[in-house]
Amino acid sequence: MSDLTEQLQAQVQHALQARTPLVIQGGGSKSFYGNACEGSVLSVREHRGIVEYEPEELVITARAGTSLMEIETTLARHGQMLLFEPPHFGETATLGGAIACGFSGPRRPFAGSARDFVLGCKILTGKGEVIEFGGRVIKNVAGYDVPRLMAGALGTLGVILEVSLKVLPSPEAEVTLAMPAHINEAIDIMNARAGQPLPLSAAVYDGEAVVMRLSGAVQGVSAARKKIAGDELKQGPAFWQQIKEQRHFFFDDDIPLWRLSLAPATLHLGLPGSWLFDWGGALRWLKTDATPHDVRDAVAAEGGHATLFKYKEYWEQREPYCVFHPLPPALMAIHQKLKTAFDPEKILNRHRLYEDKF
Amino acid sequence: MNDQNKKQLLINKLQGWLADSAILSSEEELRPYECDGLSAYRELPLLVVLPETIEQVQAIIRLCASLEIPVVARGAGTGLSGGALPLSNGVLLSLAKFNRILDIDQLNRTARVQPGVRNLAISEAAAPYGLYYAPDPSSQIACSIGGNVAENSGGVHCLKYGLTVHNVQQLKVVTIGGDVLTIGGSGFDSAGYDLLALMCGSEGMLVVIVEITVKLLPKPEYAQLVMAAFDDVAKAGQAVGGIIAAGIVPAGLEMMDNPAIRASEAFVNAGYPTSAAAILLCELDGARAEVQQQIQKVQELLRHSGATSLRVSSNDAERELLWKGRKAAFPAVGRLAPDYYCMDGTIPRHQLPYVLQRISELSGEFRLQVANVFHAGDGNLHPLILYDANKEGELQKVEQLGGKILELCVEAGGTITGEHGVGVEKINQMCVQFSPLALRQFHAVKQVFDEKQLLNPGKAVPTLHRCAELGAMHVHGGKLPFPELERF
Repeated sequence: MSDLTEQLQAQVQHALQARTPLVIQGGGSKSFYGNACEGSVLSVREHRGIVEYEPEELVITARAGTSLMEIETTLARHGQMLLFEPPHFGETATLGGAIACGFSGPRRPFAGSARDFVLGCKILTGKGEVIEFGGRVIKNVAGYDVPRLMAGALGTLGVILEVSLKVLPSPEAEVTLAMPAHINEAIDIMNARAGQPLPLSAAVYDGEAVVMRLSGAVQGVSAARKKIAGDELKQGPAFWQQIKEQRHFFFDDDIPLWRLSLAPATLHLGLPGSWLFDWGGALRWLKTDATPHDVRDAVAAEGGHATLFKYKEYWEQREPYCVFHPLPPALMAIHQKLKTAFDPEKILNRHRLYEDKF
Repeated sequence: MNDQNKKQLLINKLQGWLADSAILSSEEELRPYECDGLSAYRELPLLVVLPETIEQVQAIIRLCASLEIPVVARGAGTGLSGGALPLSNGVLLSLAKFNRILDIDQLNRTARVQPGVRNLAISEAAAPYGLYYAPDPSSQIACSIGGNVAENSGGVHCLKYGLTVHNVQQLKVVTIGGDVLTIGGSGFDSAGYDLLALMCGSEGMLVVIVEITVKLLPKPEYAQLVMAAFDDVAKAGQAVGGIIAAGIVPAGLEMMDNPAIRASEAFVNAGYPTSAAAILLCELDGARAEVQQQIQKVQELLRHSGATSLRVSSNDAERELLWKGRKAAFPAVGRLAPDYYCMDGTIPRHQLPYVLQRISELSGEFRLQVANVFHAGDGNLHPLILYDANKEGELQKVEQLGGKILELCVEAGGTITGEHGVGVEKINQMCVQFSPLALRQFHAVKQVFDEKQLLNPGKAVPTLHRCAELGAMHVHGGKLPFPELERF
């Protein structure tokens, strides 16, 4: 439990004067994500500790270096949880990293994303300024929503120092159902179910079966259980853990792994490779040797975007900074101006999001 | 060029691509647009324009930008913070003619709509598919979805279903440069920064919204409401904490104090207990068996917290009647006095007894009656100050009291606005809530989108100069923050 705000601020101010880039690092569990960036390490790992947690207020505030595990354990003691089920990708995962990457687990389509739960934050900008935005209450519309802008910004707009998140009670009961299906039926099954008043909390197609989770009060879950075909999967919690943490056997090999974000009911795309659908079809993992160009063309035609998530070395050597879907010029111009507004010398996680302008 | 010359030049140019009926310029035509839902502030715009295509919006904005004329966008004009208050030297851009629902996508559970579509009309259009749009501001029969996005509106069901920002998937916007941008994706996220979150609640200061894709949810199978009466406001507040602590997330959890109860009861005859110090309305939704189980549990909790009476809705008609009193609370209170002024602070819930006590003391000091309605589940308080605008100096007194109440919310660890926006109304209290550095960063964000300060300028974020003049600098622990900064 320590507050390193002043040291971190001094480090950023020093880097600012020397115009040397900094690589922000928490637990390093997600360092694989994004474009390669260079610079000296700014470690926020020891800037840690839960600052405030009143279970009845449904809000937790903690420093960025606090381990995600500590936060989840603390919440669990009070029967609460982070409803966006952040993937850890390693035991060292921190709160700051979870928000900076903006990842959300299988519950996302039914409960909301990481950014949805962000209420406030304290950041250290590339100007070396420590600024608080948002608040520690559930509803707050004063000022532009800078806290949510930080979610998924990969630290390129500011070093996250502290975050306040909305938390909610954990469901009383959960049951997982599996139903064998062909890949072409899976999308229809998942979306038809999601349009019905059922307490769904996850829907995945793992290449063999549609697997769905029901969560809620005991009576609600058992009533819904009767309405859905499928066999109960006794190892449900382990299955969802594997999906969330990418320890399911689908993720075993090292073929380039793409993350496709699409409207959930989008028809199965004709790209070569193997697939795993999460988020009821809105998040599609694709292992493929197809070129970034081909993947992105197919996804963009459906209004979505594609991220080269893992095992990206082969493409990175050929097409540097190819991790994220290119932006249309007008949007890129806004991104550059926003970056400049928060980090004028571009010292924070330079290149990690988009090429040299970042 | 003076304003009158600019006005004539504008009219001449606009007549090239807008029908005469879409350009309002005489005083009697402009009068209906002089204010939004916050009628205490009034101003006549230079001109009102009513485009009906995106191309027309682009052309109007390009023209205004080239002449450096400010543009204020307006939906239904039901906002409560003066966000759509016209500027005397600016064009009021009404999006009222953008009133079409473009597409309901049943399988993807989205609706693509124009900004002037009424909030409730979306749920009505989605109803045949068993779907609805969750955020439900009390003004939902009249307010437009474009305004909801601009203000990040809430409603009585946001504890469980979120604010507007949680229920919008994509926007089409026009920038001050006249470009059309798509913000957000067809899926649940988009590449790059989360500009969608930044747009929600940006009060027309960054872009003009011309199309919105919202998320639709399956209509819950069953909903039931419990009404509990209390002889003490603090007990009602504690009951709210008790329900949350028991792991129950109600669809709605509302509280009203005695003046609000009496006003609403006289207005809609919902059967509220008029002698109660406070009532709680707690709605649960989901599968029938689940709701019935939870209703039992909530009743036990409420009894345990000292509820003096309980009433459970036995059918949807009764449930809707009990809600009607709450949703009509503002107009109902409006019958108690010629005018009322609605505040919108949010506080940590455990501070409720303290905050209500202080509001009652302040009400006495200022000799102004206050009725309280409260989105208790999420801590969003709406004190309604009753007054008579025709009495000399009374509005100024009301504004002072309102300011004190907002500062009280900040002091209690909360915020000056939970769902109505800052607009012109709470701009001074922004100086109390945010540090000079935060305000400066807000201005930097505004600059990114609108360098010349032409989109709804002067709203939502005060200049540091204004804060310094008010002497209301953000003070924490008795120390001025950042003593090294210049204070103008």
